[in-house]
Amino acid sequence: MTTTTKPKNALHIRRDTPVKVLFTILLCAFAIIMIVPFIWMISSSFKQQRDVMSIPIQWIPKNPTWDNFRKVLHINSNGKDYHFMLAYWNSIKVSVLSTTVSICSAMMAGYAFAKLRFRGSNVLFILYLTQMMIPSQLTLIPRFVAFSSLNLTNTHFSIIAPKLISVSATFMMRQAFMGVPNELRESALIDGASEWRTFFNINVPQITPTIGALVTTQFLDSWNSYLDPLVFLPDWRLQTLPIALNQFVGEEGTAYNLVSAACCLTVIPVFIVFLCGQKFFVKGLTVGAVKG
Amino acid sequence: MQGKRKKELKQSLTAASFLAPSLLGLILFSAVPVVFSMFISLTDWNYVNGIGNWNFVWFENFKKLWSDEWFRASLCNTFVYTVVTVPIGLFLAVVIAALIDQFCAKKLAGMLRVTMYMPKICNIVASAAVWTMLYSTYGPFTQLMKALGWTDPPRFLASYTWALPAVMLMSIWQGLGYHVFLYSASLTSLPKDIYEAADLDGVNGIQRFFYITLPQLKPTTFFLTVTGIISSFKVFGQINVMTHGGPGSSTYTLVYYIYKSAFTYYEMGYASAVAMVLFAILLCVTLYQWHHNKNND
Repeated sequence: MTTTTKPKNALHIRRDTPVKVLFTILLCAFAIIMIVPFIWMISSSFKQQRDVMSIPIQWIPKNPTWDNFRKVLHINSNGKDYHFMLAYWNSIKVSVLSTTVSICSAMMAGYAFAKLRFRGSNVLFILYLTQMMIPSQLTLIPRFVAFSSLNLTNTHFSIIAPKLISVSATFMMRQAFMGVPNELRESALIDGASEWRTFFNINVPQITPTIGALVTTQFLDSWNSYLDPLVFLPDWRLQTLPIALNQFVGEEGTAYNLVSAACCLTVIPVFIVFLCGQKFFVKGLTVGAVKG
Repeated sequence: MQGKRKKELKQSLTAASFLAPSLLGLILFSAVPVVFSMFISLTDWNYVNGIGNWNFVWFENFKKLWSDEWFRASLCNTFVYTVVTVPIGLFLAVVIAALIDQFCAKKLAGMLRVTMYMPKICNIVASAAVWTMLYSTYGPFTQLMKALGWTDPPRFLASYTWALPAVMLMSIWQGLGYHVFLYSASLTSLPKDIYEAADLDGVNGIQRFFYITLPQLKPTTFFLTVTGIISSFKVFGQINVMTHGGPGSSTYTLVYYIYKSAFTYYEMGYASAVAMVLFAILLCVTLYQWHHNKNND
């Protein structure tokens, strides 16, 4: 490692090697401290119950075992109401559908705001802007009342349907479509393509990076969503992962090795996906932030 | 003339077809619920009474709020939570982002940021459950405090004084990676010549950070402060998993109180009134943000 070959960065200064090494070590140590809870969680999930709280901490379990995972996955056989495999399926189903619904709806609305001229577009746009201020916690009670009067609580529909409106996604889509040259659309229209065809075949392919970024953030959002499923999905057969985990923690909270194993089951797949698809996530993050 | 009108009509219809799903969602799941929420907040409706069985009490709920100890505690806790977590979290993040930017090679910098971001992508129940275990009497965190010379550490989540700080620490940990990411993104886009000029003037690292970097990052800081305030006012998951608002009312927050009164006691009217207060606070924050952005444009 040499200090001279570094690409220029914002805080470009002459670097004194010892200082640099010191800070690099400190920062690495800090980053490791940040993930220590997860390391502890993973190591505990392989421990026997008596070893979890032993001091000094056994970072590498002395008697590693897969039993905890087996117990967590089969706990339903003891008559308990959590079923992680089912929760996995529910989570995948809800997240995929929610993401699809919200992205499609946001894409269409974003296109309308960016490219189409119609009467009242400004008023409508301001209406959308004001919706940005409304916290989902405010609409939670009315949604609950409405869905339960229609007998729609305890359905995945009650979680997915409200995703039709995602104001921030709509704005990002609008922003992205505004970056697509108008000439493309106009020439397609002159050639006789319908507006929908222009939308699908000409404009949408131009903004795939934004779509990719939004898909990742929206998917993660609904995968981790907690309050809504907690209220709308009391039935264990429909519960998503965070809710199943919540119930598990509530009832088995003192069996730390089991809780750790359950946490691992919900977290590790997400970590793996995250580490593989980092670039998309990073893009999604920064896309979300520039609007301020 | 006729043709023009026809064309306009057609354009409107096309636009309507594009906007339909989104607009439907907007009306059904946002606009109508807000109005309905305002309406319920003026009644003493309990869900058990059945829909339609509401009794107008006008502003009685809001009057009751101020004499309700639990509400006052929730409001106060939420406020403290925000005032502590947002500035500390942001300051830590900007320092770390600047240090990473200055001292780490590009590859390593990316790795560090990704590592720090892990807590944010973990679902809140899992991270809260892990922290609950860390905070438990024989848990690693408590043991660490003992090792550091705190002879008699409390049971953090069961103590009136320590429960809220314990939750705050967890929240700072959770949000840090995101803030570092955004600060890093803006750091790389800062103009470089100003640093070169400062170098020539013999400015040291700390001066550089406080007099050049921080002021230049002001827009990012403003954005993150506003979003941070908004999201801390909505804090719920940590509380519901780690403390259930307790002990006593020491970790009750606004959203937790809404959840509790609406879905444990089914006092929909009262819970909606609390939700309206939350909405009013967030509205003020957002309006201030708009006003600020408008002035800066």
